[in-house]
Amino acid sequence: MATSDAIIDQVKGQFGEAVLESSTPLGFPTVCVAKDRARDILTYLRDEPGLEFDVLTDATAADGLKYPEPWDTRFQVVYHLRSSRDGKRLRVKVGVPERDCTLASVHDLWKSANWAEREIFDMFGVRFEGHPNLKRILCHHKFKGHALRKDYFIHDGQWLDEPETLLDEIGDWGENPADEGFSELVPVNLGPAHPAMHGTLRVFAKMEGETIVKAVPEIGYLHRGFEKHSETGNWTMVIPYTDRLNYCSAMLNNIGYVRTVEKMFGIEPTERCQYIRVIVGELSRIIDHCVCLGAMLVDLGALTNFWYLFNIRERIYHLLEGLCGARLTSSYARIGGMAHDLQDGFETELREILRDMPRNVSDVLGLIAKNRIFLDRTVGIGVISREDALSWGWTGPCLRATGIPYDLRKVEPYDVYADLDWDVATRDGGDVHDRAMVRFDEMIQSMRIIEQALDRMPEGPVMVEDKRVVLPEKDKVYSSIEGLMNHFVLIYDGIKVPAGEAYVPTEAANGELGFYIISDGSGRPYRIHCRAPSFYLYCAYPSLAEGNMVADAVPLLGSLNIIAGELDR
Amino acid sequence: MEPSVLVSLLIVLGLAAAIPVVMVILGRAFGPKRPTEVKYSVYECGLEPPVDARRRFTVKFYEVAVLFVVFDVEVAFLFPWALLFKKSSGFLFFGEMIVFLGILGVGLFYVIKRGALEWE
Amino acid sequence: MESYFTFVSSVLGFEPTSLLGFVGAIAVWAVPITAFVSVVGLVSIWLERKISAHIQCRVGPMEVGPHGALQTLADGIKLLGKEDLVPAQADRILFGLAPMLVFASTFVGFAVIPFSQKAVIADLNLGIFFLAAVGSLEAIGVVMAGWSSNNKWSLFGAIRAATQVVSYEIPLGLSLLAVVVVAGSMSLNDITQAQSGWVWNWFLFRNPFMWAVFLIYFIASLAECKRAPFDLPEAESELVSGFHTEYSGMRFAIFFLAEYGAMYIVSAIAVVLFFGGWYTGIPFLDHISGSIGGTTGVVVENLIGAGTIIVKSFLLICVQMWIRWTLPRIRLDQMMDLCLKYLLPFSLVLLVAVSLWQAFQGPIDGGNSVMGMIMLAATVASLIWMRRLAGRVSKASALRRELPVVKTGL
Repeated sequence: MATSDAIIDQVKGQFGEAVLESSTPLGFPTVCVAKDRARDILTYLRDEPGLEFDVLTDATAADGLKYPEPWDTRFQVVYHLRSSRDGKRLRVKVGVPERDCTLASVHDLWKSANWAEREIFDMFGVRFEGHPNLKRILCHHKFKGHALRKDYFIHDGQWLDEPETLLDEIGDWGENPADEGFSELVPVNLGPAHPAMHGTLRVFAKMEGETIVKAVPEIGYLHRGFEKHSETGNWTMVIPYTDRLNYCSAMLNNIGYVRTVEKMFGIEPTERCQYIRVIVGELSRIIDHCVCLGAMLVDLGALTNFWYLFNIRERIYHLLEGLCGARLTSSYARIGGMAHDLQDGFETELREILRDMPRNVSDVLGLIAKNRIFLDRTVGIGVISREDALSWGWTGPCLRATGIPYDLRKVEPYDVYADLDWDVATRDGGDVHDRAMVRFDEMIQSMRIIEQALDRMPEGPVMVEDKRVVLPEKDKVYSSIEGLMNHFVLIYDGIKVPAGEAYVPTEAANGELGFYIISDGSGRPYRIHCRAPSFYLYCAYPSLAEGNMVADAVPLLGSLNIIAGELDR
Repeated sequence: MEPSVLVSLLIVLGLAAAIPVVMVILGRAFGPKRPTEVKYSVYECGLEPPVDARRRFTVKFYEVAVLFVVFDVEVAFLFPWALLFKKSSGFLFFGEMIVFLGILGVGLFYVIKRGALEWE
Repeated sequence: MESYFTFVSSVLGFEPTSLLGFVGAIAVWAVPITAFVSVVGLVSIWLERKISAHIQCRVGPMEVGPHGALQTLADGIKLLGKEDLVPAQADRILFGLAPMLVFASTFVGFAVIPFSQKAVIADLNLGIFFLAAVGSLEAIGVVMAGWSSNNKWSLFGAIRAATQVVSYEIPLGLSLLAVVVVAGSMSLNDITQAQSGWVWNWFLFRNPFMWAVFLIYFIASLAECKRAPFDLPEAESELVSGFHTEYSGMRFAIFFLAEYGAMYIVSAIAVVLFFGGWYTGIPFLDHISGSIGGTTGVVVENLIGAGTIIVKSFLLICVQMWIRWTLPRIRLDQMMDLCLKYLLPFSLVLLVAVSLWQAFQGPIDGGNSVMGMIMLAATVASLIWMRRLAGRVSKASALRRELPVVKTGL
């Protein structure tokens, strides 16, 4: 694998002056490039043998208006690239001035850039030249201003209730006089209030009979301004917001966020904390897969499986309820560790669940694994090729169902995953069936991980001893001036994350959950961007659904497990 | 004298018409009536329907209808034959039916081979 | 032979020719049949809830009545208090007519279904034909409902329903024909009486093809009733609620009642055609009037008959429910494929086979009983074998769990 410096040198050698700056903050190679050469450099990075950054993991932007040290340009567009060959990563930053707020689009290089650029346009007003459909994506189509700009104030409420017609995207359905109204195409809204549109998705579909000829998705019905909201409080106050991203596996979001902040501090959590994170993280993964599989099977009309899977989920929720008092919104992780240790009886209850779970899973599999109707309905439906899956920025179980064993727990191991014995579940078909089966396999692997983690978990503290992030114990606060000062500063100013930037990916239930964080050294986050796996999964959905019957499009959506909370943020 | 089968059937038909009418009238009598514009609009997943639902429908379904007419009428022809089969003896009666069913089968085979039953 | 009417009016003391007798005649049919249809609705909806609940590790309704038995009644009362909603853009006349047509097509079917030798309202000599005819009216009602709602999901549901019901009528009709060939009559009463005597005289065991005929009939009847895995017309995850999306309150209740009534009808037809109708399969019980004698004997015999056919029908309804809560939903094109490419040719072949068998075997004296005994034994044996096979399959899936199909990562 090429080292970070080698990559940077190669780019510099090729483009010389156009590479304005390069560094490796927190081990992440970063190049800042000139705006007018950005597209050339990105093309080179994608195509040059030896580099081959064939995945655009994420693209976002930041506004430097309020940053203490002024930036060269007001906006920075940030691309996170990854190579599927050797897993190397690169961050490319492009400065975009406020006056000429444009940039060449790269939607044709990576399909994932399509929606990512729309989001940047929506939030920052950067216009991408050459983009086929540069419209707002998360905010309402009549929204004024750009929400993530630092001069947009969150109190500037706007009352917007006019639904978007999407007529510009759906195209013609034979209403024009030339067809004399003889068209058999019917435009139909699937969602937002439709039982198959888990949460509040909307797909405007043009149908011929039962076949979807064209599908236009509209998202943002559940947009809560997570990223803007995060900038208003201190660093700890972001944790409950992360619960609401993928609300089916809130623990994994908590862990993903605190890992990023810990990385900026350079903190390594205690060993016990790492084991707890592995255990609760895998439990969340199991819950998430239960929800996904259950809902997908309901979409297929197999209602009984839903209950079998939810029985597992219910027992795990009971366990987690004892752990953190909440079922859905756990807020259990803390910067520097966990909120508290496991409750008494956690291990006993968990071992009982692990004992019963294989039977529950095989009950579900017994109903579907060899069921002709299930196989007919899922095999060969919504097939995506490996190249397309990578280009769309797919990660997680859906990517592994195409046969690519990309799992961050193996590829870039964190916590104690490297010490445990488990396998990455993959399948080769890339269809609805394999996406479901990968999830079943993963539930079994998660059980293996949890069992080993339970056996090996050491005693010890669950929080690091670091004055910068952890409140001192109460008796120290009351008895020593250092303790009192420490407590006062932490409460009053909040945790002060060192200035800088970091992108830390975590293997969440749906795929790579990345947090890209910029800190200005104050007690408040300067910019938090969440790379939501659902966002990149869903942007491929229309192309998969088109040409399928509506009865197939519904379980196809179920197999992607789109969670509106993290999709719309 | 007992009422003929037809009269009994008519009585049941009358009942079949009366019961739902009574049910709807009861529902109207007991149910509230608080109309709002949105409540009485047509369901389209919470949005305004872009077009009227009553449009041309894809022709595939009509093919099915035509097939139905062909086969169902032939089945109807078979009923009197089946009724008499037990009372008749001799293979001539059976052979007549085989010819008839054979034509039907050839037709079905042709339809399948032509791909008229393929959905796409 | 005395009919139900003459029998009941003589017991109750009506004079059939008088005006009172005529009113009495109406009452004699109207009251029990209305009561029976509502009870069938209540019981089968309750059964559906309980069976689905127990399949899914739940308990189902428990609060209203013992084990929630009156829950359906409570729901009916709740529906009574719902607003009667007709969408502004709907076609009011058709919208109102549709549920009535659907209900009537089911309800009229009860007129020819025999409950016992005497308890049949209209013993038509074309009973099977009549049932097939009124049953297909339902599709028209469903299409009316979907079209008049002016809602795309309703329309999709209606067209799916029309396609499905219309297609499955063909294999359904052909399997009915096979039975007619064996029985030589279309009257449900005659067909049942041809199956009197011991269990092996039931048509299911009459010849080696009848099981296949029954299976085709059963699959087609699931499709006719729009039951899972053929619940495409109201597939809630795809079409919201299908053709009755816009219906509320009592109008919805009518659809619901008709659906469960239709389940009873197709099950009762299956019982009459294949499972010996009101006969218990034990000659002594079936002809108990011979040993008891008098009016009491006739009443008891008919009560036993009615109980038998109702229990048999409900057992089949339970199988329908079992299937619904086990299988996923089939897709539109697969539904059509199954019907026209598999069921239709198979039922044609079976019809030929059954009539050939009838031509050869029919005249042999006592041959039917021997064949019936062999078939009964074969059925029992294959059921036992399938039970064992099921055990082996679950063991195999248990093994699979320990050795998941996974590959090691990078």
